This record gives sequence, C-alpha cells and structure tokens, in this order.
Amino acid sequence: MYKYDQYDQAMVDARVAEFRDQVRRRIEGRITEDQFKPLRLQNGLYLQLHAYMLRVAVPYSTLSSAQMHALADIADKYDRGYGHFTTRQNIQYNWIKLEDTPDILADLAKVEMHAIQTSGNCIRNISSDHYAGATADELIDPRPYAELLRQWSSFHPEFLALPRKFKICVIASEADRAAMKLHDIGIRIVKNDSGEIGAAFYVGGGMGRTPMIAPCINPFVPLDQLVTYCEACLRVYNRYGRRDNKYKARIKILVHELGAAEYTRQVEEEFAHLQTQDIEPPLAELERISTYFAPPAFETGLSEEIDRSDPDFALWVDTNTVPHKAPGYVSAVISLKPVGGIPGDASAEQMHLIADLTKQYSFDECRVTHTQNIVLPHVKKADLHALWTALEAAGLGAANLDRVGDIIACPGLDYCSLANARSIPVAQKISERLSPRSAELGELKVKISGCINACGHHHAGHIGVLGVDKKGVENYQLLLGGSEADDTSLGKITGPGFDEAGIVDAVEKATEVYLAQRTDGERFLDTYRRIGINPFKEALYG
Amino acid sequence: MADLLRFRDDEPVDHPAVTVDAYLEQSNAAAVRIEPGDDARALIPHLDGLRLVEINFPAFTDGRGYSAARILREAGYTGEMRAVGDVLVDQLSAMRRCGFDAFEPDKPFDEEEAKAALATWPQVYQTAADGRAPIWKLRHG
Repeated sequence: MYKYDQYDQAMVDARVAEFRDQVRRRIEGRITEDQFKPLRLQNGLYLQLHAYMLRVAVPYSTLSSAQMHALADIADKYDRGYGHFTTRQNIQYNWIKLEDTPDILADLAKVEMHAIQTSGNCIRNISSDHYAGATADELIDPRPYAELLRQWSSFHPEFLALPRKFKICVIASEADRAAMKLHDIGIRIVKNDSGEIGAAFYVGGGMGRTPMIAPCINPFVPLDQLVTYCEACLRVYNRYGRRDNKYKARIKILVHELGAAEYTRQVEEEFAHLQTQDIEPPLAELERISTYFAPPAFETGLSEEIDRSDPDFALWVDTNTVPHKAPGYVSAVISLKPVGGIPGDASAEQMHLIADLTKQYSFDECRVTHTQNIVLPHVKKADLHALWTALEAAGLGAANLDRVGDIIACPGLDYCSLANARSIPVAQKISERLSPRSAELGELKVKISGCINACGHHHAGHIGVLGVDKKGVENYQLLLGGSEADDTSLGKITGPGFDEAGIVDAVEKATEVYLAQRTDGERFLDTYRRIGINPFKEALYG
Repeated sequence: MADLLRFRDDEPVDHPAVTVDAYLEQSNAAAVRIEPGDDARALIPHLDGLRLVEINFPAFTDGRGYSAARILREAGYTGEMRAVGDVLVDQLSAMRRCGFDAFEPDKPFDEEEAKAALATWPQVYQTAADGRAPIWKLRHG
C-alpha cells in the first residue's frame, strides 16, 4: 500500500489547517454560506436533509486495517455508530456537526486519509478495480497510476472551479469491474504491439440524467505523458464545458456536442503545447510509487482444498470468493447487504471486525467496491472457514455477491437533499422478497437511485429502479438491460412507473419472465438481450 | 486602486483596460480585460505591447480565468496579471499558482487573511505558472 512521505503528509496537514480556519471564519460570519459552500464541498462536507454529511476518500478503493479502525472510531466518536460505503468507493457519515469536521479531518490525516475533493466541481477521488493486485486477468496493478493522478489532481490550481464534478477511473484489465466507461475520464492501462505499456483514454462517460458511454479518444498514451494528457483533457473541459446549465455541464455533454473527433483534436492540440511545459513527473516517480504496490509475500505450496462439509459455508465460498492470481489464495467479498438491511451500511463494530480480519487474513489490506461491499483481496483458502465463521457471527456473512440481494442503492430521500424518492426501503423490500430465490436467479444486478442524478447507478443495473416525484408522490420507474461491466450498456425504461409496493411486484414479475424464458446458462441480462423488452412489458402492463 | 493587492515593483498601468475585441481591432492600449468567454490565446500574437491583463471573475465559481491566466504565462507574458471581480481570499493561493500577481477584488481582503491564504501550501504537487518546484521534482531532483 502507498505510504505518505513527508511531502504528502505536509500537504494533507496543510489542508486540515486551511479548512479549520475556513470553518472558523464561517462560524464567525466572516464568509457567507454561498462563499463557504464550495470550500466545504471540496472537503467532502454536504448539507443534507437532517445534518451535514461527510464523504471521506478511499483512494483507488484501498484501505489498511489501521485506516478501517480509524473510520470506525470516527463513526463512534462523531456520528451515530455507523458509516455508509458508497458507489464511488468512499465512505460517508450522515450525522456530522460542522464544528467537528476539522477534528475529523485531523483524525483522518493521522492515518494518511482525507476528504479532499470528494465533492464540489473539481477532480474527485480516483477509483479503480477492487481486485487490483489480486486478479489474474490484469496487465499490471493499476493503482500506482491512480496514485500518480491523485497527487496531480489534489489542489490542482487550475481545476478547482470546473463547470461540474469530474470523476476519473483507472483499470488495467479487459474485464471492467469499476464501470470505467461511465466516468468523465476512464483510463485502461494497456500494452501496445511493441509490448510497451500505456494508457487508453475514454472520455465523456457518465450516468446522471443523460447517461453516456465514454468513447475512446486515444488508444495509447505513453506512460511518461499520462499526467500531461489528463491536464490537456481537463483544460479543454475547463475552458469550453458548458456553464449556462448545470445539467449540461458535465464533460459528456461537451464531448457529445463537439463530437468525439473534434474534442480529441482540441485535446491533442493542447497536449502538444503542454508537453513543452514540464508538467510530467519523471518515470522515476511512477517507479517510486509502484514499489509501494509490490505484491505481498504470498506463501507457496498451499493447498487448493476447501472443506465444503458445511453447506452454508460452501454456498458462501461459491458466491463470495473469486479466483486469485496466487495459488492457494482467493479474494473474499464481505457483503454489506444482509437481507432487508441498508445496502453499504456498516456499524463501527463491524468496521473494527473487518479491520481485524484484514490484518489477520489479507496482508493488512482491504478494498471498498463500487457495489458497496468490502473485499479482502488476498485470503488463503485454508483460512476461509475461520474468516466466514467470524463474519457470520457479526452479520456479515450474506452469500449474495452479484445476486439479487446484492443491491446498489443511494441514500435516497431518507438522507439526501436532492432525492425525489426513498431508495433504501425499496432495496430492503426487493431483498426480502427475492432473496429466497437468490440461487435460482443467479447473477442479477439490481441498482436503485432515488433521483435522476443516478448515484445508485440505475442505468447500469440488469434491473434498474429510478425514484421520481409524481405530483408529490414517490413513483418508481423500472429499467431493464443495463450493465456497468466490460459489456457496458444502458438500461431502458419499461413504461409507466409504479408506487412503492408496485415496483417490488414489478421487479418480481421481471424475474418471472426471465425464469420462464431463459435457456441453459443464461443470466437475466443475457435473456433480456436475446428476447428484448417486449415480453417483459407484456408481463408488467399486459 | 486603494484595494489593489499587488506583487510587482513596476508602476501600474494608469489607463483603463479595453475589451479583447477592442484590443484586437486597435491594439495600441497597454491594458486588456479578459471576460470568461474570451479566448486568451487570441492575445498571444500581441503580448509584447501588453503591460496589464485583467481577468474578470463575474462569479467566483467560474474557473475559466484560471486557464486563461496560465495560458498567457505559458506563452511568455510577463506583465501584470490581475484578477478582478468576485475574487475571494480563499482563491488567492490557487490564483497565485496560475500566474496572477495582482488582485482587485470587489470586496477588499482582510490583510491578515490574505497573508494566511498565500501561505497555505508548504509545497505543491503540480507545475503551474508560479515557478514553484513540484513535489515530484523535490523527490527526484
């Protein structure tokens, strides 16, 4: 894992001091709320329905046990004893007091964490593949590139008042587990025909009210030009992104309106200029960062055997572990989706336990997934039963990875000031209704957003649910056929929406159509793609 | 002019700045004002005659002026670069980094607050227009 040096620590400490002073001036009335708002947002602090919400960055999804313990302590000390892991691989606290935030940020800085640029119109936390460094299908660990970009994007003086928020994702495998093409910039680390490593740039993706899949604007940017190329992409956006309408201000609209070819031409022109400006760190810096991500000392000669005599354990192994590049190891997914629970929530006790298990079983490293679960990336198969036993005892043993119960949901109208409808109760009811049929339904990704901003990724759900406000009443639209994986697609709305009870019935009906129509081995998404939306419409509205 | 915060030793230009369009039509003025929608690059052929570039921030949330400033510094402009308009003390450190060396805010800064804001960053992560060596350079020489 990356470790701060004196410079990184000084920068984060300086930020805490800066924000402490800004909060003081706000409380003293020396700056207005309008002036303070961008400052607090760029320190992760939102004003929500009932309280301030603080979003803490988990860069490229990676946490140590000490960091997870610190997150648990914050939940206990400053919140109501829990936290919420988000679709951007961050953690949010929902009941924060403004005057506490400088102290929270100082606590975070002690464990090399921060809330820098986790909201606001700036470059946000860089996300990555939650199996990075563990999966056999990656070209290389993508996280050093993400850390390079974390440093470049932190406090970038030119890009602190962008037209809108800006999200970057870095992966390094063909399989896409991070919704890379649904980011403002998606970077895939690739190898060219000469065997050199570089970066393919996908620019202008996103969800929200106008979902778009990012086009590839450059299939190979050499590694020693990565930062410069990002800077060129951002400068063109900062200068020409729309500022007349916040709903048209994301880079996806600029790329769409200019056309990918014209946007690319402008970026290349800016890039040629910026290459003369000495803004690229030397490759030695990338090498320095990469040493922190060297693979842990995996044991060799381990057994591949797993004692499957306990059927509940066997089920968990089958659903919640994924293959690892090292023999005798797996990556184990801790589901934060107990049946009927709040997706992504974890209590302080659970976080402390996860931290302990991280240290004991996974080389002191865990990951936050964009599907709101936690991964222990490097677990010996021989340790799985002990791990599962500890998880089960803490209510963390749900065997439902990528199953119907593994629902993504945004905080919705229970917390969020932007929401039109509640997401959490709908997720709970769908989970309760359909989890008993989890095995039969197989891989099925359900994603729920409480408004058009799409924090719950409803466009990318095999089954998506979008909460809207219909004349003051919560109403839910159903979408089918989305995917955030390598076969990225956007879901289609089936037709008129439903009330809260109706949407749960509608989701169940959609699964019945699937079960009736599927052929051997087809997932829900495969059946939908084969038969189209009409059989589903007939079942729902016929 | 009383509320001008300036980091230069030369005499300020004593006549008002003209618009970019006016400047490009008849470029005998020494001072020009860039609005957020203007293309700063249009001035690059004329930088020799310029002593003051004002960059207007009608709203502090519109960051186009940061790019305009850097672009002109990158093109070799060494005259005064003044941020005017809705310029707040909490933007000072970033603006300095982008090449601004004078500030004429709608509402004057508190002197102590301005001093503190300018001292925010012990080091910097990026190359920008202020000549500071980025952290990666300190690490690798």
